[in-house]
Amino acid sequence: MNSLFPSIVSRSQSSGLMNFFVPIISIVLTLITGSIIFILLGFDPVYALYTFFISPISSTYGISELFVKATPLALIAIGLSYCFKNNIYNIGAEGQLTMGAIFGGGIGILFHDTNAFWLLPLMIFAGAIGGALWGLIPAILKTKFNTNEILTSLMLVYVALFILDYLVVGPWKDPFGYSFPKSRPFSESGRMPLLFDGLRVHFGLIITLFLIFVSWFIFSKTIFGFQLKVSGYSPKAARYAGFNQTTLVFFAFAICGAFAGIAGLAEVSGPIGLLYRDISPNYGFTAIIVAFLGRLHPIGIIFASLVIALTYLGAEDAQLFLQIPSAVGFIFQGLVLFYLLGAELLINYKLTYKKLL
Amino acid sequence: MSDTILNIENITKSFPRVIANKKVTFDIKKNAVHAILGENGAGKSTLVKILYGLLEPDEGNIKLNNKDFKVNSPAEARKQGIGMVFQHFSLFDSLSVKENLILGIDEKMSYSDLEDKLENISSRYNLPLDLDAPITALSAGEKQRVEIVRILLQDPQILIMDEPTSVLTPQEVESLFVTLNALVKEGRTILYITHKLEEVISICDTVTIMRSGEIIDTSSTSNQTAKTLATKMLGQKLDDLKTNYGHIKDEVNFEVKNISCDFNDPFLTDLKNISFQVRVGEIYGIAGVAGNGQSELMDILTGENINIKSGSITFDSKKIEKYGPQKRRDLSISFVPENRLGHSAVPELSLSENILLSQFPKNNFIKNGIILKNNVDDFANNVINEFKVITPGNDAKASSLSGGNLQKYVIGREISSKPNILIISHPTWGIDAGAEHSIRESLIELSQNGTSIIVISQDLDELIEITHKISVIYDGKLSKPFKTSEVEIEKLGLLMGGKNE
Repeated sequence: MNSLFPSIVSRSQSSGLMNFFVPIISIVLTLITGSIIFILLGFDPVYALYTFFISPISSTYGISELFVKATPLALIAIGLSYCFKNNIYNIGAEGQLTMGAIFGGGIGILFHDTNAFWLLPLMIFAGAIGGALWGLIPAILKTKFNTNEILTSLMLVYVALFILDYLVVGPWKDPFGYSFPKSRPFSESGRMPLLFDGLRVHFGLIITLFLIFVSWFIFSKTIFGFQLKVSGYSPKAARYAGFNQTTLVFFAFAICGAFAGIAGLAEVSGPIGLLYRDISPNYGFTAIIVAFLGRLHPIGIIFASLVIALTYLGAEDAQLFLQIPSAVGFIFQGLVLFYLLGAELLINYKLTYKKLL
Repeated sequence: MSDTILNIENITKSFPRVIANKKVTFDIKKNAVHAILGENGAGKSTLVKILYGLLEPDEGNIKLNNKDFKVNSPAEARKQGIGMVFQHFSLFDSLSVKENLILGIDEKMSYSDLEDKLENISSRYNLPLDLDAPITALSAGEKQRVEIVRILLQDPQILIMDEPTSVLTPQEVESLFVTLNALVKEGRTILYITHKLEEVISICDTVTIMRSGEIIDTSSTSNQTAKTLATKMLGQKLDDLKTNYGHIKDEVNFEVKNISCDFNDPFLTDLKNISFQVRVGEIYGIAGVAGNGQSELMDILTGENINIKSGSITFDSKKIEKYGPQKRRDLSISFVPENRLGHSAVPELSLSENILLSQFPKNNFIKNGIILKNNVDDFANNVINEFKVITPGNDAKASSLSGGNLQKYVIGREISSKPNILIISHPTWGIDAGAEHSIRESLIELSQNGTSIIVISQDLDELIEITHKISVIYDGKLSKPFKTSEVEIEKLGLLMGGKNE
């Protein structure tokens, strides 16, 4: 007879198969738990899950919205991979996104009556610089003073949000905006071009796909990607190899910040068109889930960003059709992360049923 | 047999590839300090771990006070009257001394009882403690005191001390000895694990000498000298090997001069004025018992630590002590540190990828920042074939290889670039005899082709087999070099035990 409860046994080598299956397992468990929650709330789980996950993408408009939401998530997540691969826990992508929006949006506000081909590229560039500078603050603190980047990067999120808050109610307030806390709208050439007429999916998607491809190349083909990986797996081996870990920390933060900054700029110059308080529904934080769900792999991140983007859309539909708060979307995001971290165990350990005597 | 407290009979414990204890049999007398002396890997730790319930023996019996003694956990061992103070402390740094002591108590005890008991212990055994001080504020000696008091609260009959003086200053050692003497006077027994000959003679009554898992001798310390102990500890080493000196050129190409380095950490050994010279084609061995500054010296030789207090390293008339590892590799100096997994190789990466950890100017691995995968794979395949590494292929993860195979691969990676200098720490540590032999042969062959090699090792047999010159590191100081073919083993043994006559 076998014992009732499995025991956890260390694998001699981490399982490649499980590496692939863990995200799938966690999504399945999330759906099951989600159904239970819906039942407890008194809904038919099949109908609720349909409303949540199928109906939002059953139209062209819905699919376009899915890509609108997935674009910043994927871009930030691929940026975060530079940090996470190096075992740097940059939690502050939301702040870097905000700073990118401020820098790039600032250019847009400055040239609000200019229409020129160079405006958008300049805004994108400024967005990248803004995000990168914000990302470099925790990098400097970490390398010079050995502070914990989890805390510093997280706290800087709120600093960035307050700066944005100050700007849109203060100096950058739209003079014709009836005192609403928002800036002037950007000029037409300061907006992300739309990819299709009548749909909100914009040029940011192309930028994202391009940067994901570049990142794939860096991760798998260059010595820089190799150095990030080694330094993440084993700092001692990186020191032995003579890789400069301070430089790696700076690069990881700067790249991640720049990507988040571009994502922020793409939001304000894409669907929004101006600066105001709530430019991001926590994309910077949710992208952490995307990065891990995608196992820090470019292709994985593309799929993960679509899955998580769907929880945003589903939450909106659930609010509309089931009259439940849209915060349910965050519950699903939380569940995915929860199960992901739990299922991660299966990569290095296996469950076995011991024979009872 | 009334004065015997512990009978150890035929204890055998084997691990994969090594028998740590082979039919170990000896008695420990009550009311005495009993030393267990041996080199690293002699089986001392395994034996005490069995006594303390951390390991289970494969065979054999232990009797405590003539009663069968069998424990499955340290808590049980403590209940039966055996306590142990480990070399590395297990204290909570952020808590106070008092809180740490409370956490260590197995049974219920009222707070005032505890304070009385502590007072009693502190004064009786010369163990002054500031109960409210946080552990972080304590010196290594004070932390050890906390550990000892914590064990004494449970009133053990036998106290096991594992290399207790390794982290102490000489004054703290003195005061520890006063404590130990007070404990013995009270009727307790101390089991004292050490490799330091001087300590055995000065405070132990009886000594059991272990070598390669076996008991060599148990005798009273009164008729032993450091010399006789050293001989027994090291055994008769092979001396019929012919070391070939013919190919060595009379030209120094690597010189370390007066290197000193302070770490301000009780678990690291400060290096004091280390100097040595290596000639072209020479293999220079650095012997010594673990924890005497070897890994600290290795980090300085590889450039992983360039914050030295004073001194210089000269290679090819360049001062290189401030060069990092890659800059040294650019001068064709290569290194193999002691740890394979996570230091000289990354277990999660493939063999091919592991090649990239160590790049020499001649290797054509990278162009404009892009990895030339074919070149790396060719190099990896070449190492695999040439050094007979057993693996399914260059895409196998480093962690899938056995220790010996991975070490052959790592050494092969370093040797294949035909370095001018090879600096290698514990080349055959923890690997099987076949791999050991082939690694030693390849080192000798490399030196005959003109590479100078520095070998840091605890394995004296190994050093005597392959080196041309040998010196001993003890407490961060390096002895003068000896010609390996002429040196007496006893002399090395004495130096390793800290006796310099």
